[in-house]
Amino acid sequence: MNDLHQLTISQAHQLLKEKKVSSVELTKATLARLIKVEDKVHACVTISEDAALEQAKEADKVISSGKIKPLTGIPTLIKDNMCTKGIKTTCSSKILENFIPPYDATVIEKLKADNAVILGKTNMDEFAMGSSTENSAFFPTRNPWDLDRVPGGSSGGSVVAVATDEAIYALGSDTGGSIRQPAGFCSVVGFKPTYGRVSRFGLVAFASSLDQIGPITKTVADCALVLNAIAGHDPRDSTSAPHPVPDYNKALIPELKNLRLGIPKEYFVEGMQNEVRASTEAAINKLKELGAKVDWDASLPRTKHALAVYYILAPSEASANLARYDGVKYGFSYQDTNNMWEAMEKTKQFGFGAEVKRRIMLGTYALSAGYYDAYYLKAQKVRTLIRREFDQAFEKYDALITPTSPTVPFKIGEKVDDPMQMYLSDVCTLPINIAGLPAISIPAGFADGLPMGMQIIGKPFDEETILRIAFAYEQATDWHKRKPPI
Amino acid sequence: MKLSSEEVKHIALLARLGLSEAEIEKFRVQLSNILENFEILKQVDTTDLPPTAQSIALQNVLRPDETKPSYPVEDILANAPQRDSNCFKTRAVLE
Repeated sequence: MNDLHQLTISQAHQLLKEKKVSSVELTKATLARLIKVEDKVHACVTISEDAALEQAKEADKVISSGKIKPLTGIPTLIKDNMCTKGIKTTCSSKILENFIPPYDATVIEKLKADNAVILGKTNMDEFAMGSSTENSAFFPTRNPWDLDRVPGGSSGGSVVAVATDEAIYALGSDTGGSIRQPAGFCSVVGFKPTYGRVSRFGLVAFASSLDQIGPITKTVADCALVLNAIAGHDPRDSTSAPHPVPDYNKALIPELKNLRLGIPKEYFVEGMQNEVRASTEAAINKLKELGAKVDWDASLPRTKHALAVYYILAPSEASANLARYDGVKYGFSYQDTNNMWEAMEKTKQFGFGAEVKRRIMLGTYALSAGYYDAYYLKAQKVRTLIRREFDQAFEKYDALITPTSPTVPFKIGEKVDDPMQMYLSDVCTLPINIAGLPAISIPAGFADGLPMGMQIIGKPFDEETILRIAFAYEQATDWHKRKPPI
Repeated sequence: MKLSSEEVKHIALLARLGLSEAEIEKFRVQLSNILENFEILKQVDTTDLPPTAQSIALQNVLRPDETKPSYPVEDILANAPQRDSNCFKTRAVLE
């Protein structure tokens, strides 16, 4: 069997359970694939081969004893902003280049409890700030559908790893679209659960009121399996929701009869590529064929304010969270001075990259005396309006459908010197973080060989309806079966 | 909203972020441009609206005040840039 790396979680689980393949075999095959394509795509920052093979041996013992769970023995890759005990966690930043966490994030604990096999850590925009993975302090990750283009970001490494079969699935994090936008750009499934659904304990903080961890998978059914494994209340994260977690497998029903879908017209923005518009409309028509009632005239007029709200709130929270990198407790530390303030300033100057500095500056400004009311407080109030508008829409609709991004993947270097243009590539995804809602991106078509995603947005804590729509669409289409030419 | 170099330097000081002269000029232009894009929020009437700090309405999350083992000192100090016995070593705060 040479193509074990191509398996989905469901397929791999079946083979492991029937003992037709061992976790060690599956892990070795996936690592071989990873090493083969990594030179072209640069998705990983750390490969923990020895630890992975140990975990695979352990998983095989568990499987022999008949205690297999859906993720047992299956190789995964983790975005490098989730703490992994004993394995470097860099956030693709020079300031954390040599940081080895003393503990595991809750999601890592959960995966380990299920005897998952962790192959390593994936590249990202530094501290998850970016939309292209070009802001990594180490190297850019490349889009496997066209190596001259970006994979999206900030979870670009995790998404590319899944698209190229470097791992069977991966975890990413999403603060303004960082799972969904790259998933759309690389034609995989990427899900941002409701804020509070998955514990953030051990996720390196970027913007604490917006960050959420989620699955990146090859299929919607796999997405449900990973969400089952990582969702749930965690007393170590006081913003994690004490709500019961359903079995997401039961949400996978391939018909949409009587489901009410709204298509918010503000998401079909000016400057949107015609091919993206056309393929999103075709995808929505497919949902209609599957039984959904579609309202093309839904409206969320506050959408036009979301970008400004996001780029005030996220940098403000970031500027507070990143104040901890003072070069005293861990991380890069400028030593060539005896002056405390100079050491702190130089530590940040040489430790952080351009986008991180830009956001620290923006956030510090928005929170500073004289500007707090005009920027930060104002943005928080408009946030209230944005959330209310979604709540009202969900009185009429069970879910909302939009494109994931207004364009196909752009060229490496194209937007890196124009922050406003870069920020606009998240215009369809960041309102969802502002409102704290769950949303998925699934493969929904191609233009000139470049992928496009469809975004399905749901009510708070109603991940099930999203999975049902995504599953029905996936069953009725073949986009997810296409593999990048690599 | 056009920022001056002095304002950029002041913000950097508040953030204790060192910047080169080139960075000060680059951020002056870029931040001014970004702030101009925020002007759109002035159109929104937010009179009497409460701010939203986070999206799920959890309030006053409490836990029992119980002692639990903390992480071992060696594990926590393992990443310290400089240490002195069981302490993080810093430069003098007051001189």
